[in-house]
Amino acid sequence: MPISFEPTENTRLAREHFRKIAQEQMRPVSRKYDEQEHDLPREWVDWYWKNGRGAAPRVDGPADGMVQVCVQAEELCWGDAGLYLRTPSAALGGAAVAAAGTPEQKERFLASFRSDGHPVWGAMAITEPSAGSDAAAIQTTATADGDEYVLNGTKIFCTAGEGASQVEGGFVVVWATLDKSAGRAGIKSFVVPAGTPGMKLVGCEKKLGIRASDTATLVFEDCRVPKENLLGSAEVKKRDAGAKGGKSSTKGFKGAMATFDATRPIVAAMAVGVGQAALDYVVEALAAEGVTVRYDAPPEQLTAVERDLMRMEAELQAARLLTWRAAAMMNRGQANNLEASMAKAKAGLAVTEITQKAVELLGPPGYSCRHLVEKWMRDAKINDIYEGTQQINQLIVARRILDYPSSMLR
Amino acid sequence: MIDFEPSEEQQLIVETVRQFAANEIRPVARDCEESGKLPDGVLAHAHELGLVSNALPEAQGGGGERSAVTAALVAEELAWGDLAIALAVLSPGLVALPLADFGSDAQRAEHLPRYLGESYVPGSLALVEPRFGSDPFRPAATARRDGDGFVLDGRKCLVPWQDGDDVVLVVAAEEDGGAAGFLVPRGQEGLGATPERNMGIRALPTVELGLDGVRVPASARVALDVAALVTRGRVALAAMGVGVARAAFETARDYAKEREAFGAPIATKQAIAFKLADMAIEIDAARLLAWEAAWRLDRGEDALREATLAYDQVRRVALQAADGAVQVLGGHGYIRDYLPEMHLRNARGFAAFEALALT
Repeated sequence: MPISFEPTENTRLAREHFRKIAQEQMRPVSRKYDEQEHDLPREWVDWYWKNGRGAAPRVDGPADGMVQVCVQAEELCWGDAGLYLRTPSAALGGAAVAAAGTPEQKERFLASFRSDGHPVWGAMAITEPSAGSDAAAIQTTATADGDEYVLNGTKIFCTAGEGASQVEGGFVVVWATLDKSAGRAGIKSFVVPAGTPGMKLVGCEKKLGIRASDTATLVFEDCRVPKENLLGSAEVKKRDAGAKGGKSSTKGFKGAMATFDATRPIVAAMAVGVGQAALDYVVEALAAEGVTVRYDAPPEQLTAVERDLMRMEAELQAARLLTWRAAAMMNRGQANNLEASMAKAKAGLAVTEITQKAVELLGPPGYSCRHLVEKWMRDAKINDIYEGTQQINQLIVARRILDYPSSMLR
Repeated sequence: MIDFEPSEEQQLIVETVRQFAANEIRPVARDCEESGKLPDGVLAHAHELGLVSNALPEAQGGGGERSAVTAALVAEELAWGDLAIALAVLSPGLVALPLADFGSDAQRAEHLPRYLGESYVPGSLALVEPRFGSDPFRPAATARRDGDGFVLDGRKCLVPWQDGDDVVLVVAAEEDGGAAGFLVPRGQEGLGATPERNMGIRALPTVELGLDGVRVPASARVALDVAALVTRGRVALAAMGVGVARAAFETARDYAKEREAFGAPIATKQAIAFKLADMAIEIDAARLLAWEAAWRLDRGEDALREATLAYDQVRRVALQAADGAVQVLGGHGYIRDYLPEMHLRNARGFAAFEALALT
């Protein structure tokens, strides 16, 4: 494969398909569920469950694999990032089960997402009140008791956590430690089906943006799950002082962290979608006022607005291309830890700045809730925070380019 | 299918040029900059690699393998070695490529073989003008019809002017408002060349060109498309800016791992490490923008917008990377024993360059 920026016919069709959905199903209720923060966005959830789960139309021919997945996320977040996160799907919880689950676990936990029953959600619960970026510091415990594990602890910022914990058929993948003295090696993930006794929904956060998304606080009090709900191995390989096996002892945690290499490009693509929405709006609004970018004018003759627009266009495309590169590397089976973090760091910050600039360029209409631009600015900011903050991704990039282990660069 | 991996052939070319840049260009870069002289031997060897001739038409003896993407890959590696030497290596393309694209059969037959011979022959293109708001699309220099020829007037600057060739391609506005190129013998009456001194790229001889009633025959006119010329220039320069930025970044990265302060390499401090991470991210992103514009050119599409955005982005990124490298090296970044101060002076030049290299 040579260097190519041309999507396959299938990706092109997928882009059209999801753009249409974004335009027709998401945009009309975008403002409504920004304002009705904790209400279930019934129109979107029901429509998607009934009509949206089908695959995009495709032709017989090559696909862009992970790049196409990114294009889908971009288009739906062009529609509405909050509603996208509220889409009834296995989401990050599904990614964890797909990555680390046995065939039996995949069937057991994911079948309901393919069924004709009611809408269901999956979620991943990692963050705790005192452990965010430092995921190895989590305090939630899992204790073996007979044929079960008993979970105790508090999880916050759990995206889709309300649906996943409350609606039968869904599940929450919970990170907990089997042995605090083992550090990262003791951390495992457990599938807790919705409605399991001991898993309590405390409530949902009130947020700056992505208000249609249910960001839940979940408390686990002697919450019992069967041993078959552990994802991966139960073995805790303690670091043996002086032994060479130090590296492999953290493999479980590293494996869990590695799922971020697959999800960060998607989050980056989501950011790009929000940025594109804002940019499209600004370009159109300014064109209506007769302001367009003259690409053939010397820089000295460009207006400040033209320069801003050029910068926004370049930054957005830069973020998109880094995202596609990280995704294309996955298609090739190449390690993309560095590139996934680069894409996420770039997209999160670029889109934060692009949407803030969009509000500025539009002036009072940009600030007004009569238009969606101010909402996109609020929605965009989360992309610079979740799935690894800007700083965590910088840290990962720095370690990779310096070839430093985490012990040398903290 | 979207993919970002160069072909095997391109990877071979990149590897060859990377070795050449590391082993032959980089070791002489500082001396060339200080002395203001190009390394003849290096240019001769570069000519043997066929980096320009490969892209020229087969009809005149070229390789017939024109690819803007490949050219961008090559330009980045050369500029990583040294920007001034890279511009010299690619300079034959300043005349040869516009003639390949826009020249008449007679012009191609007359001029192209010169750049395809045994020895290196430099090229010279006069587009930029020495004034605030220099506009490559609407040059202030004029070409007035006079009998069966043209009379050229105006001023140009940043015109590469190495010994070894006797023609310069001058871009001037015509009476209908458009612009065209004119092949002018360097010794032509009315043409005055004054050597320039610039902040950077000092190894590359450039001149300010005064055109004072320079008379050329009708056969000297090249029906070039200025927008296409500028687009190809912006793609090449964007790739070269990425090369300069990468050179600065790598210098800073390596230094930061060596230099100790407070008992540990400074690269172990987040203030340094995050700056390096940002440089790496921006450089990779800028490279992809340059590639996308190049890829559009290879498909025969208009790429002015993409090339302009890529070049605009690269200007910022290269400057920030070079400035960041100076900062990471601290006092050592400011002295001329190290490369970053040169990278900084060279990177700022992209604000003034236009079509100083072509793809």
